[in-house]
Amino acid sequence: MGFSHKHLIDITEYSAEDIMTILETAKTLSEVNERRIKKVPTLQGFTVVNMFNEPSTRTRSSFELAEKRMSCDTINFGGSSTSSVKGESLVDTMETLNSYKIDLAVIRDKHAGAPQLVAKHTSAGVVDAGDGKHQHPTQALLDLYSIWQEKGTLEGLHVAIVGDIAHSRVCGSLVPALKIMGSTVTLVAPQTLLPPRPDVLGADNVSSYFDEVLPEVDVVYMLRVQRERLEGAPFPSEREYHMLFGLTQARDALMRPDAIVCHPGPINRGVELDSFMADHPTRSVILDQVYAGICTRMSVLYWLLGGSDNGSAS
Amino acid sequence: MSETLQVKSICMDASEIERTLTRIAHQILEANSGAENIALVGIVTRGDVLAKELVGKIAEIEGVDVPFGHLDISFYRDDFATRLAPAVHETRISFDIDGKDIVLVDDVLYTGRTIRAALDALMDMGRPKTVQLAVLVDRGHRELPIRADFVGKNVPSSSDENVRLFLEEVDGVSEVAILQLPQETGAGSALNEGE
Amino acid sequence: MALLLKNVHAIDPQVSINEVCDIVVRDGKIVEVGQGLSIPKGETRDMDGKICIPGLVDIHVHLREPGQEHKEDIASGTRAAAKGGVVAVCCMPNTSPTIDNADVVEYVRKRADEVGKCRVLVAGACTQGLRGEVLSEMGDMVAHGAVAFTDDGRGVQDSGMMRRVMDYAAQFGCVVMSHCQDEGLVGKGQVNEGAVSTRLGMAGWPAEGEELQIQRDIALCRLTGTPLHLQHVSSRRGIDMVRRAKAEGLPVTCEVTPHHLFLTEEAIGADYNTNLKVNPPLRTADDNDALVEGILDGTVDCIVTDHAPHAAWEKDVEFEEAPFGMTGIEASLGLVITQLVAPGVITFERMVELMAINPRRILCQEKVALMQGCTADLTIIDPSCSWTVGEDGYESKSTNCGFEGAELVGRATDTYVGGYATMQDGAIVE
Repeated sequence: MGFSHKHLIDITEYSAEDIMTILETAKTLSEVNERRIKKVPTLQGFTVVNMFNEPSTRTRSSFELAEKRMSCDTINFGGSSTSSVKGESLVDTMETLNSYKIDLAVIRDKHAGAPQLVAKHTSAGVVDAGDGKHQHPTQALLDLYSIWQEKGTLEGLHVAIVGDIAHSRVCGSLVPALKIMGSTVTLVAPQTLLPPRPDVLGADNVSSYFDEVLPEVDVVYMLRVQRERLEGAPFPSEREYHMLFGLTQARDALMRPDAIVCHPGPINRGVELDSFMADHPTRSVILDQVYAGICTRMSVLYWLLGGSDNGSAS
Repeated sequence: MSETLQVKSICMDASEIERTLTRIAHQILEANSGAENIALVGIVTRGDVLAKELVGKIAEIEGVDVPFGHLDISFYRDDFATRLAPAVHETRISFDIDGKDIVLVDDVLYTGRTIRAALDALMDMGRPKTVQLAVLVDRGHRELPIRADFVGKNVPSSSDENVRLFLEEVDGVSEVAILQLPQETGAGSALNEGE
Repeated sequence: MALLLKNVHAIDPQVSINEVCDIVVRDGKIVEVGQGLSIPKGETRDMDGKICIPGLVDIHVHLREPGQEHKEDIASGTRAAAKGGVVAVCCMPNTSPTIDNADVVEYVRKRADEVGKCRVLVAGACTQGLRGEVLSEMGDMVAHGAVAFTDDGRGVQDSGMMRRVMDYAAQFGCVVMSHCQDEGLVGKGQVNEGAVSTRLGMAGWPAEGEELQIQRDIALCRLTGTPLHLQHVSSRRGIDMVRRAKAEGLPVTCEVTPHHLFLTEEAIGADYNTNLKVNPPLRTADDNDALVEGILDGTVDCIVTDHAPHAAWEKDVEFEEAPFGMTGIEASLGLVITQLVAPGVITFERMVELMAINPRRILCQEKVALMQGCTADLTIIDPSCSWTVGEDGYESKSTNCGFEGAELVGRATDTYVGGYATMQDGAIVE
């Protein structure tokens, strides 16, 4: 059938085949990152705008590196959203950028649905680099890549995602993506940090008892406690959170011998993870995830920009 | 797509391919005064199969296993913007190409654009001492100043034809066939080169 | 000035009429309803195939003037009403400045007299600035023509304050209309809490946030005895609460909107259509069903639009930044005919009760019936007119109609206010 997406906004619009295509190309491209000259000329002449309307260092630099290694021309256009001090609406900003004749817009915004809004006002492709607490599809893809590289497959794996599910855009993409690839997903959190309908995301199980779930899973995905996104103090203290939902050295013994630990970064050491687990030589793939981010995003750029008569399935 | 093309004629059969590869192996060794510094790099998806056969032939003749790698040129194509992103294959070159005499191997030499891309890809990976080119078939119609050092057979063809290598391990039969392209895509395009 | 509506199909359950007849109007009043009537001079209009009902009244409309004339003003809002077959609206006080004193009431009524294409009944604010802290001058506002009180747009958060509002309003004989929303529970809720809020990654607005205050206000109605009108009830449990309050004999009424009747949260898809962002939010199909059940058993008293115009640039933003509300007054009648009357869910008579008779009763307005002596506030409907919402634009200044593109059958063609045409053959009379 071939890859026919113009945008990467909603991971649920991608099939298992689409996702595997991206992961396999990411693997091929990982070789480029090992070279002395870490660059291929593939996307020469394509212009990509990184539009980051809320603070982000990691995701933005990962995108930027990926763009540069694929030889895209990139500009960064930050800080403008409807609520910005400039007072220009996101729609007007996008119309302006569209007049620059750009090929792809990578957008991070604090509002859910901002990429969909932007896509209505540009002829360029749009990549969601995180919208509010909705989705973060490239994060999901790099997570899948890391797990796939480590486990050799995604089908039949049991993945526990632990922590602030309710405010997590990572979860918004990762849970459906894991389901598309045939994994089983268990969410672990206090009810104050769960969305109203976890089943809608695709979660198979929901639990508030971390120690019961740990022995059952192949992958433990620890979410960051996003202090900046928490409203109304959903748990009494970080100390108690660490006690109930932190992945600690003591919990290591509950895990399967080959279980791995993922985390989207940046880590709050001592809250969701202790240093023993964060730096665990065999379990932790946290730094592999960072590397996977570059390869996966290079692959996403390759496929989204692949050809002028590209369909617009999404 | 090419499955539906009309076969006009077969210009090399399995035994001719076999004999030709043996000759090319000898020529490579002769030109490089032995196998000492050479390495073979085949362009996927047909050139790497031929390169592997050549490695076998060289081992038979010289008793030396020369380094051999696969090169995918998808990321170096010059027609990326005008077509759907091509399927990507893996590049696997596990040896250091610096200072080596690299023999690039491909099946059919046509416009020269694939070889241009392959040269760029190679240069991004290191600095070979020399790069030579071995092809099974040269069908003419060059669009770039590129020529092969070792040619299996010159097959004059028209631009509304496709010259294609079939290989036993991929296609179930080994032969070089001339195929008739459909009318509308006939004009001097590199789209079908090497595929 | 005399007017004869010839061969019109008159429907009015108040006088048990449902037949083709002639209606004579003189000096703003209906003077005769009967067969084979004629007038010596004046205008005779052949209404063959049309239906005449007591004029529609929409008691939940945002006219936006004063202060937000870029969204709507009294001229455009009442034109939109006439276009929808509406002869009277009750306008909400969340303007700028708020309609919380006699001056603003006076201003709105004066403007309506000057430029209005329908009657404008003014609802004053319960509390100053809608802040829920200090009573507004209800007495002065009533003296200047206010007909009801509401802090629409917000619920009165403090229960003691709400009790004071109802106790104080009791002396004026006006209904207190309540927008129910517990701000602590609803927080920054954007869409109904549940599947869609999860899928779209936005904060949920749970039905309980509305139901808590419905229950509270019913309790306060019991305590104070003041008539209570619950605005835009959107959930099954909310309707149940009203049903029980009525069974208990409390002076409680309620309204529902076409969007809560005919749309669900599922309509909000990956396009994040901000025209579907309303308060309270679109809920589930089961809630739709419950509202219809409420219409059938009499729990629901009236259908209103909560016509809430917003400029395109205000809606063309991120969903979470967009203001709540959709327009609807031009589509409401067509929607109700198409979705409820045509399929036989309710009779034409029931629709007249919901959209013409009960709204007047709730606001203690003079009864309008198709009988001699009543004020000639009339709506004429072409029941077979097929049309598409939005295809000919809108009379409203704003276009944020959540029913854009809906294909409807049935539309008002003429409206008469006090015997004068405000719309004739589908065109607003200038």
